[in-house]
Amino acid sequence: MNQQLTAKDFTTDQEIRWCPGCGDYAIVNAVRKTLAQIGTSPSDVAFVSGIGCAARFPYYIDSYGFHTVHGRAPAVASGLKLANPELDVWVVGGDGDFLSIGGNHLLHALRRNIDLNLLLLNNAIYGLTKGQYSPTSPPGTRSPSTPAGSVDRPANAVQFALGAGARFIARSADTLPNHLPEVLTRAHAHKGASLVEILQNCIVYNDGVWGGMADKTTTQELSIRVVHGEPMVFGKESDKGLVIDFESGNVSIIHEADGPVAERATVYNETSWVMANAVARMEGEDMPTAIGVIYCDPVEDYITSLRKKIPFKVMNKDDLKDLLYAGGTWTRDEQSDPE
Amino acid sequence: MVVRFAGDSGDGVQILGSEFAKSSALNGHDLITFPDFPAEIRAPVGTTFGVSAYQIQFGGPLVLTHGDEVDVLIAFNPAALKTNLHSLRLGGLLIIDEGAYTPRNYKKAGYEGDPLEDEELAKYQLLKIDITARTHEAVDAMGASKKQGDRAKNFWALGLVYWMFGRDRQETIDWIKTKFAKIEEVAAANTGALNAGHAYGETMEIGADLAAKPQQAALPNGTYRAITGIDAMSLGLAAAATCSGMKLAYCSYPITPATGLLHGLAKFQAKGVITFQAEDEIAAVAAAIGASFGGALGITGSSGPGIALKAEAMGLAVGAELPLIVVNVQRAGPSTGLPTKAEQADLLMAMYGRHGEAPCAILAPATPAECFQVMLDAADIALTYMTPVIVLADGYIANAAEPWQIPDVDSLPDLKPKFHTDPEGFHPFLRDEKTLARAWAIPGTPGMQHRIGGIERGANNGHISYEPENHQQMTNFRAEKIAGIANDRPAITPDLGPSSGKLAIVGWGSTYGAIHGAVNELNKDGKDVAHIHVRQMSPLPRGFEELLRSYDHILVPEMNMGQLVKLIRAEYLIDAKGLNQVTGKPFKVGKIKQTALDMLEN
Repeated sequence: MNQQLTAKDFTTDQEIRWCPGCGDYAIVNAVRKTLAQIGTSPSDVAFVSGIGCAARFPYYIDSYGFHTVHGRAPAVASGLKLANPELDVWVVGGDGDFLSIGGNHLLHALRRNIDLNLLLLNNAIYGLTKGQYSPTSPPGTRSPSTPAGSVDRPANAVQFALGAGARFIARSADTLPNHLPEVLTRAHAHKGASLVEILQNCIVYNDGVWGGMADKTTTQELSIRVVHGEPMVFGKESDKGLVIDFESGNVSIIHEADGPVAERATVYNETSWVMANAVARMEGEDMPTAIGVIYCDPVEDYITSLRKKIPFKVMNKDDLKDLLYAGGTWTRDEQSDPE
Repeated sequence: MVVRFAGDSGDGVQILGSEFAKSSALNGHDLITFPDFPAEIRAPVGTTFGVSAYQIQFGGPLVLTHGDEVDVLIAFNPAALKTNLHSLRLGGLLIIDEGAYTPRNYKKAGYEGDPLEDEELAKYQLLKIDITARTHEAVDAMGASKKQGDRAKNFWALGLVYWMFGRDRQETIDWIKTKFAKIEEVAAANTGALNAGHAYGETMEIGADLAAKPQQAALPNGTYRAITGIDAMSLGLAAAATCSGMKLAYCSYPITPATGLLHGLAKFQAKGVITFQAEDEIAAVAAAIGASFGGALGITGSSGPGIALKAEAMGLAVGAELPLIVVNVQRAGPSTGLPTKAEQADLLMAMYGRHGEAPCAILAPATPAECFQVMLDAADIALTYMTPVIVLADGYIANAAEPWQIPDVDSLPDLKPKFHTDPEGFHPFLRDEKTLARAWAIPGTPGMQHRIGGIERGANNGHISYEPENHQQMTNFRAEKIAGIANDRPAITPDLGPSSGKLAIVGWGSTYGAIHGAVNELNKDGKDVAHIHVRQMSPLPRGFEELLRSYDHILVPEMNMGQLVKLIRAEYLIDAKGLNQVTGKPFKVGKIKQTALDMLEN
């Protein structure tokens, strides 16, 4: 494209059907903005989704879109990419779609390292089916299916992806309109499967799910932007830092009052699987939520590896003839009729 | 001439059988094979449940089944004898490996005493040879290990039957050389055993009187090869890729007995076939649908249990109206059932096994060789009508082999799809007036961005629509589109016998040979019986009802509890009768013939 694209070029004429105030509005805007900045023509972009609120995404992005069945979007997208490797393929799903009914497909899309951009819109609730708890809901979640409060422990999307062998994992939130496009741009630039967990509010069934980290006034105290090569410092006054104890894998907070945090905090290395694990699983009231590119350690993607072994081509008649005549053949003609 | 090899799963019976089949074909015979093996890879040695068998009928002018009765049975151990003797005709030749008939082995097979002492065997011509010892004599001198010697006895037996039927060994010697190229001593031991078995037969003049019997095939002129159904399917799909000029994406998850298709197509990767071993059956069909969305020909294949898992995604392909081929190599069910045994009990699942009104086209090859053309037809229908096409094969068709006339590549049909590239007035559910197929624009085409999915679409704009009348209209479109396929395809005619009369025997799928054989015999006896074989299960073929009504009685033999017969009765209110069998074994000609005779009498 010679012309600079804008978010409008990725906007369809479809009226958005999400609830007013839903976090998805901010996410769709961030994605449109990112796509315009990347500059790929809308006709070379495809969005594939499963089922759920998040899965309505393709209708609102002017690209090729496929709204498939519950949980299977990563598998559909894998086939799409195999058939059409030049396409820029994005897969959008919620916590139920990606981590519950489709957990298996996410696992395998990540380990295969097919060049897909997978956006996990995590609101820790089942919205479209009216508010049941989800695989990322915290224990004790009261919902129509768990009136006494849920008892199962939640899945951690980043740790799941690390375990699956993902080579790019990032986290952002619907409330971070500037941060989210940065992370999406990095995810797109990564050749291979990229998982972006987007923490998202559900205003109807799970309002305030991400607590203070998603609130403008407290986000700087309750989240930390991990940046490759920089010490892990956070807080409005940059007065707090994180130190990883590599023996236990635990993370602890240090304070400026005890000495300069910028000098004492652990320097983040996004290629470190150990650091990624440590910051992904930080829990406790004071602990910040890690956002940013948590892990990026590229290896060759599936299709590049496959192409080195097998040429992608359309079979011609000579190829076919070779196959048909392989093995023992014999010819029968009238003149040589035996006996 | 019917020969059956039976032995332990580890005895190499399937290799022995398929090499003998190849040689039979090269010698100009028509043939049908029946590999009959257990699901266990290596069951405990010497047990009856570990017995693997391979039966072949060869000769001419036309061979239709693997044979009701066996003329020559080679039983490598007592367990093989116990499970296979019933198949041998009275007076038939029984060859046993004497070395394996030890008290330990016949007890393992469940015999009280030595089965070779049993008076029962007096009904047959018994030939006792210590094949194990003779093989060792031949190959030990060549420096083969004990294990290599034990394993070469199938080639010794092959050498013996080659002598009996006057076959040339060179083709097999060449095959051994290629197959065991990396382990020279194994190649040498196998070749040595083959030659020794042949020499033994020659010296002892074994079965010299048999050699002249089998006749040549009365096949049309042309170039032939022996082919199994699964290989014919692989080649048919390869041909579909060439004829459509499309990428072919075969996405599958291993399952018996469909796995051969994944193996077969994976061998063609270098020629331009994409194969994808997915994480499960659902991912396999989903990836195939994704590939079709991307402009390739998406195909998935499985067997019964796997097809059940694919049902939801197949519904998506119906609703999104994307081309897709789903191969179901049926096996006995329910659940795990009998994984290696054939059954035709998935017809109604193929017809109705999706939620909602979700019609698909369904084709069923009747013979192994037909599988090639059926795959081309499936691709043609899928691309012309933008629809999933289910191909119903079964374990028998998949594994059985017969001669196949290799088609002229230049005479194959043009299957190139018409991709939509004009943005003017485009929406994805614009329909072709004649076929009712929707417009297909593939991602990457400038200016044609659109969205499809499983939610109902507006007939006039392709957007999501919850309008009541629209859903009725779209449901009608989908049904009419499938029904309309019959208009473009040939009308059905009898495969054999009169086009009206007393009795028509109606079959589908792998019962072809047994029905054809029975009707052939009945016609020779002057009986007024026809064979009608349905290859297009959905939509049912043009002229089917009229044809059925031109007979007094309809008999429908099926390897299920009555599925096509139910369709015929439901669709046409015709009082068809079923002949049903779910033993995991193909029908015998005799059973169908007798049932027909009983019907004619009453």
